[in-house]
Amino acid sequence: MNPVYQRRRRLNRFVMVLCLSAALFGIAWLLMILVSLLIEGLPALSPSVFFERTRMSDGGLGNAILGSLVMTALATAGGSIVGIAAGTWLAEYGGRSHLANTIRFINDVLLSAPSIIIGLYIYAIIVLPMGHFSGWAGAASLMVLIIPVVIRSTEDMLLLVPGTLREAASALGAHRWWVVIRVCYTGARAGIITGILLGCARISGETAPLLFTALNSNQWVFNLNSEMPNLPMVLYQNMTINSFIPAKVELAWTGALILTAAVLILNILARVISARKG
Amino acid sequence: MTQTQAYFAPVFADDGATTVRERSGERQAPGNRSVAGSAAGSDSATQSRGDSATPGSEQSEHEAKLLVRNLNFHYGKFQALKDISMTVPANRVTAFIGPSGCGKSTLLRCFNRIHDLYPGLKTEGELLLDGQNVLDRRVDVNLLRARIGMVFQKPTPFPMSVYDNIAFGVKLYERLSRREMDERVEWALKKAALWGEVKDKLRQSGQALSGGQQQRLCIARTIAVRPEVILLDEPTSALDPISTGYIEDLINELKRDYTIVIVTHNMQQAARVSDITAFMYLGELIECDATDTIFTHPAHRQTEDYITGRYG
Repeated sequence: MNPVYQRRRRLNRFVMVLCLSAALFGIAWLLMILVSLLIEGLPALSPSVFFERTRMSDGGLGNAILGSLVMTALATAGGSIVGIAAGTWLAEYGGRSHLANTIRFINDVLLSAPSIIIGLYIYAIIVLPMGHFSGWAGAASLMVLIIPVVIRSTEDMLLLVPGTLREAASALGAHRWWVVIRVCYTGARAGIITGILLGCARISGETAPLLFTALNSNQWVFNLNSEMPNLPMVLYQNMTINSFIPAKVELAWTGALILTAAVLILNILARVISARKG
Repeated sequence: MTQTQAYFAPVFADDGATTVRERSGERQAPGNRSVAGSAAGSDSATQSRGDSATPGSEQSEHEAKLLVRNLNFHYGKFQALKDISMTVPANRVTAFIGPSGCGKSTLLRCFNRIHDLYPGLKTEGELLLDGQNVLDRRVDVNLLRARIGMVFQKPTPFPMSVYDNIAFGVKLYERLSRREMDERVEWALKKAALWGEVKDKLRQSGQALSGGQQQRLCIARTIAVRPEVILLDEPTSALDPISTGYIEDLINELKRDYTIVIVTHNMQQAARVSDITAFMYLGELIECDATDTIFTHPAHRQTEDYITGRYG
């Protein structure tokens, strides 16, 4: 066989092996995490985990799960509205203007800002003036985290809608805003929803910002004006300051399993939605 | 129809337009829609269409639907159209031909002011639709675009059902009952020779149709708004010969009710479908005459060179 071709084939095989091992290396960690979560978390998983509140001893995670759900839902709802509006402006109206480019840059910075800084910021502007930790502050800090994700995905998805569609809708005599709502949003819907779900998955596991804002509680809390129980903080406390109580550690593993499952489901949902688009 | 016209009325009652109309009055054929008429009547559009179809009217005397006067157009510093003046007669098919980059699409896109969507483009001169300068800032572009429909080179079905694709434009200007809308959709699809193929797929996505069907859907969508003028920007360049045939038949069918302007790269197409042909070159209108004349006895050397294939 031609030696040049042979050399190319050998190189191809070599690089292929490298790529495969890199992929396996990454997936192996994920699998190990999932397996250890299942091994450690499953034994304590029972209905009472969902229905009982956290206590000094025994108890479940019900209040923490509820608190996390409420704050994440609030943050996602608020963040989606602000994020979609901002992303729409950037994609449809801002263009290459100086203001739009500045906003894009700041948004990119915000996208990679450490979440603990966001927590401190909300602590300074909401918790300190109010004089106490609260669910509102927790939701606000999560909202600041999800907004840049939604802005980015909304802008990217709207830019994927072909300009010819905008021209065609305008040529029928539609106003600009109606073209955006009726044509561009319809075209970008799947992508925007995917972005929101991924952002939601990201903030649902955040601990650092909640440390400064919602803190934690052992009670069932239905008042967003007081400290809110939440899953990530319970995990953190059970695994660190309460780690001498085996039941607490076991409960933390179960909580971790629930949280991971929730994030995984959100991610899979996002995948399904974006796949259906094509 | 009634509502559509009522919407337009205030625009044409605009004072600023009057001067333009008076100046252009001498060139207007009688029977053109009057300002008062459009404000008063629902039938004015049909009226003017009826008038223009008066037997015996010669092509040259045919009512001018669109009048272009000293039109200049700039993309930033580049001048794409140079002092264009021409007449687009009502209920005729006018074709723009010329090599790529000669400005024919640019000219077409001036007619419905679609250029307004982009910053940095400058249009100067006059463009009279039924005697009113549509380049006037006070003209509402959306109302203008409802009167001058456009079909693009690449089919542009919206990401929604076939039915909604057609209802989209209608809903912008008319409030129809469910039944009336059903009728309008069927009417438009029949007019575009697509009804038979899609009548069982009205709820399916318009983007799932074939290319030729998508383009006819876009034509149906444009007709559904009941415009007076239809602009076709190389409507068949992305289609196979059979679909092209459908669309050319359609154009022949449609010119009874509409004024049609078509940009085409295909000279045989211009010869087949158009009554008037305008040849453009490097942003200038070289020659505009009856299609037969252009293809048999062109007055300019450049036109002859182009149609005999000596450039591009």
